[in-house]
Amino acid sequence: MDGINARFKLDWPGFTLDVDLALPGRGVTALFGHSGSGKTTLLRCLAGLERPSHGRLEFKGKIWQDENTWLPTHQRPIGYVFQEASLFAHLNVLGNLNFGLKRSATAQRVGLEQAIELLGIGHLLARKPDTLSGGERQRVGIARALAVGPEILLMDEPLAALDLKRKQEILPYLERLHDELAIPVIYVSHSPDEVARLADHIVAMDGGRVVADGPLVETLARLDLPIRLGEDVGVVLDATVGTVDTEWHLARVDFAGGSLWTRDRGVPTGKHVRVRVLARDVSLAVHHPEPSSIQNVLDGTVESMGDDDHPGLLLVRVQIGASQLVARLTRRSAAQLGIAPGLPVSVQIKSVALME
Amino acid sequence: MKRLSTLILSLLAIATAHADEVQVAVAANFTGPMQVISVLFERDTGHKASLSFGSTGKFYAQIVNGAPFQVLLSADDETPAKLVKEGHAVAGTPFTYAIGKLVLWSADAKLVDARGEVLKKGGFKHLSLANPKTAPYGKAGMQVMTQLGVAESIKPLLVQGENISQTHQFIATGAAELGFIAYSQVIKNGAIGSGSGWLVPANLYDPIRQDAVILAKGKDKPAAVALMNYLKGEKALAVIKSFGYELR
Amino acid sequence: MLTDSDLQAIWLTTRLAGITTLILLLVGTPIAWRLARSRSWWKGPLGAVVALPLVLPPSVLGFYLLLTMGPHGPVGQLTASLGLGTLPFTFWGLVVASSFYSLPFMVQPLQSAFESIGERPLEVAATLRASPLDTFFSVVLPLAKPGFITASVLTFAHTVGEFGVVLMIGGNIPGVTRVASVQIYDHVEAMEYADAHRLAAVMLIFSFTVLLAMYTRRPKPARGD
Repeated sequence: MDGINARFKLDWPGFTLDVDLALPGRGVTALFGHSGSGKTTLLRCLAGLERPSHGRLEFKGKIWQDENTWLPTHQRPIGYVFQEASLFAHLNVLGNLNFGLKRSATAQRVGLEQAIELLGIGHLLARKPDTLSGGERQRVGIARALAVGPEILLMDEPLAALDLKRKQEILPYLERLHDELAIPVIYVSHSPDEVARLADHIVAMDGGRVVADGPLVETLARLDLPIRLGEDVGVVLDATVGTVDTEWHLARVDFAGGSLWTRDRGVPTGKHVRVRVLARDVSLAVHHPEPSSIQNVLDGTVESMGDDDHPGLLLVRVQIGASQLVARLTRRSAAQLGIAPGLPVSVQIKSVALME
Repeated sequence: MKRLSTLILSLLAIATAHADEVQVAVAANFTGPMQVISVLFERDTGHKASLSFGSTGKFYAQIVNGAPFQVLLSADDETPAKLVKEGHAVAGTPFTYAIGKLVLWSADAKLVDARGEVLKKGGFKHLSLANPKTAPYGKAGMQVMTQLGVAESIKPLLVQGENISQTHQFIATGAAELGFIAYSQVIKNGAIGSGSGWLVPANLYDPIRQDAVILAKGKDKPAAVALMNYLKGEKALAVIKSFGYELR
Repeated sequence: MLTDSDLQAIWLTTRLAGITTLILLLVGTPIAWRLARSRSWWKGPLGAVVALPLVLPPSVLGFYLLLTMGPHGPVGQLTASLGLGTLPFTFWGLVVASSFYSLPFMVQPLQSAFESIGERPLEVAATLRASPLDTFFSVVLPLAKPGFITASVLTFAHTVGEFGVVLMIGGNIPGVTRVASVQIYDHVEAMEYADAHRLAAVMLIFSFTVLLAMYTRRPKPARGD
């Protein structure tokens, strides 16, 4: 009832979109896939920017589209962030922010003030778009979408057009959105890193179809994910900062099943964080290993095994308490170690990425 | 040596004289007769006449500015005289090749009566005539209306054609119900061919003397001289008369 | 220096060009919009019809306007039955003719201005609750402003420079249809070269000034980034 039910069928020359989805009514849902997978088209269908020949869209109990109904874009209570900020060149920043605000009758869940504060653009209000940097433009674009007080925020790869430095500038703002927004966010991305940082739920797309769909932590731990992630195969763990070791500048994060040490990034104790562990950084040992430079060693049990992209490699899912990690091994070492479901193993983790 | 070259040049001149070409500027009202005459002229003399039709005023401007015309068949007698005076035409050559007749004409078969009473009765929205300032037939039309005492009342209804051809076009399409044009434009087998018309009596306007002249570029050109002579000949006069012009 | 009839002709010309520009702003804008946005089959034929006056001799356009607006033509019969009389030899007849003749000079700059704006700002406006009509006035018009200026100036100047069509359907009536270009022609025909020079110089200076202003105006980006 409070979720989003979407069914679209769209036929273009050389491209077909055919999806039937139920999306959660809260949190950040990532539409993830390579370019051409149809993720942006799906987002545009949700916004009413594309009108598929067959479709049904229900948002929190209200019908936006079916055989008899078509709610045009400007009547949908959405906020939309485009890949390029697409600010109106004839208006200054405040004019851009006010554009939607003036026309919106919906409740101001995130008011203009809050949007300005959230995106840190208070000092830019009088500037014209062509005097802003790419990152500043995109922050204004996001604030503009929030200022209309949307019931859902749709974001189409808001970072894709930016260089790494600008991405780093905006990501913290997006993470704040994730934490502070009460409305659902649909976030289109082809970057596993962005998805791991921001999403709660993931919809993986390929060739205009949904190939996987579920909560982020579970879905990333699946070994049979049908899209190629390459070096980005890995899991995300929800954790809290346990202690901070000021002498060694390390922080201990605790998750359901164990603890990991990571570089201290100034996150206060007790804070909820997200940790990303890539499969390539996880190795397995049958006996408890000799002391080494690797700080993080956990005990677990082999849960299952699956194919990797390369025939010489293997993905192994290991249960650690209530959590799961994925390790990437060569088939030969897996054979030599006798890796099989149920085998107790020592899990060595070379690197852990802490995401606020 | 000098004698030899003179000889060659005169030989060349004689050789080319046999098939010379003359560039003729022809007043628009004389289009019909001149097309017939040029064919006869070519057949009888072996010379070729290349014809341009237009308004006399425009031809004047072009001739003064170096247009390659060798003979002008003007719609009036003032322009040839002016050209002679200014040295753009050959003195002694102007002569009246035709005297134009004015007609009040309508494409509507019932509108114009045989005595031109329609000018006094009215019942039309537009009366067309060629620009009186520049076109002799337009000027003649104004004189007729002044003579009849209707010039003031008709003035608001006047629409001007750029030349006599366009005036005819305004009337023929019905855009203007009637107007003053040249008899030569509507004559067919010795009478007004279609619509209705009034052949205006000659005492109501100054005679429209149409003069021909050899221009500076046509001086001593055998074909130009031949054309001038041909226009005075019987065959040409018969054609001119058949188009409703008076002869001198 | 200029005679009263010259001034009358200039005022008439200005009025004709001004009214034609206003009418074409109203008529040309929706046409240009459709041409810029549509992908349908009639886009080609419509674009070709709009561009016709660019390649047609004014005599062709003038001739057909004379026929259709005259008392025997369909437009003429319509205007007559509405009690408006017929349009040839009237000021409003010239306005109608000029509107056809100058149509491409309004539509084509507007069309390219609309095309250069692209789809994106319209989509952005829709996601910000603006209806299509609202979007047109609050986004398209401001972004296409340089296009509107160019189109209006070109239309005005082209109407001022119009001659053939006016000659064909105007009837050269002082104060009604005798515009500056026809007045100059009359001066030349009447061998009043000094008068022709003065008025021609006015036209030359006007046209040059307009084009100079157009070509030196700093081009501004017309699209929202």
